[in-house]
Amino acid sequence: MTPPAIAIQSLRKTYQVSQREAGTGAALRSFFRRSTKDVVAVDDISFTVQPGEIVGFLGPNGAGKTTTLKMLSGLLYPTAGECRIHGYIPSRREAAFLRQITLVMGQRNQLVWDLPAGDSFELNRAIYSIPAAEYQRTLAELTELLEIGDLIKKPVRNLSLGERMKCEVAGALLHRPSVLFLDEPTIGLDVTAQRRIREFIAAYNRRHGATLLLTSHYMADVEALAQRVVVIHHGRLLFDGRLASLVERFSPHKTITLHVEPLNGHDHDLAQYGQVIERDAVSVKLRIPKAETARITGRLLAELPVTDMTIEDPSIEEVIEQVFNAPADRPAEAQP
Amino acid sequence: MISVWGFYRARFKTALAVQLQYRVALAIWMLGLVLEPIIYLSVWTAVAAGSGGVVNGFTVSDFAAYYIVLLVVQHFTQIWHMWEFDWVIRQGILSGRLLRPIHPIHNDAAENIMYKLLMLVVVVPSVVLLVLLFQPVLNPPLWSALAFVPALLLAGVLAFLVGWCVALAAFWTTRTFAINQVYFIAMFFFSGQVAPLALMPPLLQTLATLLPFRWMVAFPTELLLGRLTVEAALAGFAAQAGWIALSAVFTLLAWRAGIKRYTAMGG
Repeated sequence: MTPPAIAIQSLRKTYQVSQREAGTGAALRSFFRRSTKDVVAVDDISFTVQPGEIVGFLGPNGAGKTTTLKMLSGLLYPTAGECRIHGYIPSRREAAFLRQITLVMGQRNQLVWDLPAGDSFELNRAIYSIPAAEYQRTLAELTELLEIGDLIKKPVRNLSLGERMKCEVAGALLHRPSVLFLDEPTIGLDVTAQRRIREFIAAYNRRHGATLLLTSHYMADVEALAQRVVVIHHGRLLFDGRLASLVERFSPHKTITLHVEPLNGHDHDLAQYGQVIERDAVSVKLRIPKAETARITGRLLAELPVTDMTIEDPSIEEVIEQVFNAPADRPAEAQP
Repeated sequence: MISVWGFYRARFKTALAVQLQYRVALAIWMLGLVLEPIIYLSVWTAVAAGSGGVVNGFTVSDFAAYYIVLLVVQHFTQIWHMWEFDWVIRQGILSGRLLRPIHPIHNDAAENIMYKLLMLVVVVPSVVLLVLLFQPVLNPPLWSALAFVPALLLAGVLAFLVGWCVALAAFWTTRTFAINQVYFIAMFFFSGQVAPLALMPPLLQTLATLLPFRWMVAFPTELLLGRLTVEAALAGFAAQAGWIALSAVFTLLAWRAGIKRYTAMGG
């Protein structure tokens, strides 16, 4: 087996934040004596990513995703534990390490605001000493894949958010990094721009065999790109596996959509079959325990004038929401 | 292998392109550049007139020469990164620079050098204008005029290192304004800006000798004016070298400690 591209072992990060009560008295007291509190952002996380793999890194706001990505790219020192990227320890920020990675953040701006993106690209060419021929080839490939041929000649301040993001992504990949950390690369973009970036990421991964760790609030990004997801919540690892098994594992429910005729005329007591999520004139949506699926569908078909019926897993959004709503002290992992 | 020279060349180009977009700012800056020595000169001319045309051996045209040379030296030794560094940290701009396989100091150094070279288009006409207006007398011995060049270069390096180190305070506090203010007040008094150091009380002169500011500004200025003996010049170079070594070590240590502390806020 090849050594992993990303290896994280018992990684932990604690921030020290100063705190005080509201009010003038508290403000005066804090002038003389600061009280601080340790906040655990990342709590004992371990996982590995193989070269060429795309992993979706999921969690609600404040779960510790960005903190983890910053530790992996060398911007934060871990409080404890270890991470290695192709054998390098990120916090040492060795040049050889930095040349292999890139970190793209939705809100961060690497491009010089007043200049066309092409000028910033030239600066990157010098920083990474990319040979002229290779630079031209990479630039041509990136501008074609992202469709930014005309945009890179316009001052960055005149670009729309989506256009700027595409240029940011291009600039971050000019040195052909083999490990990409993408933090919300599609945030704030319209559906078309989102899809374009998503397709681009997939194409880059195929062409260069790059390893990707990607966070996104858009499940469409994750479904389209990641074969595997790692879920963290309150800084702890909740799940590591295929997206489909995340749904299986965390959703003990199925959703049944029934078309019953005529629904309005009869006052069926639908609550006896399961939880009614939605109901209108002709259809009803029920949530039922997964284990009871066969028994309940049997009863429904026998007892009601059913014209149509579909049984589905809940959407990934629903599952994720359910996972994130689980209390921190009782990890969802413990569930069957 | 990272080519630092290649980076500086590319960074010069972007800095140039950015500066050329701000023509009005350039004009205002030129106005300030000319006004400052005019104000000092007017004050000292009035003082000299009140004491028979000479103050402690400085005639009116000596003052003119002093402030015009001072303008040039200040131009080559100015540093402004401490005003921006706090913002660079809070906005996460530093994070972007830390991801590059080149030390962030190179970005600031390249920008600093570029700006100084570029602004010569403003400084040179300003100096010509002031020379025509105030008729300074400048008659240094040859060795002194030649020694001015390395003294100015070392002063530029020293000012950059000390200034960069002051900027690093932003790692520890968000109120860097107060620190910067102290730095520039010390600069104002001890670098020979408010008055030639020879006119200062002995205590202040001693302090100026112990602090780095004199070696950033007053020393090269006095060298070009021909006011220093060979011994004083050699002592000045030694002081510059010593301060550069000291501030380089201190900057390195402060950078390491600051980066440890840096927690990449925001984002």
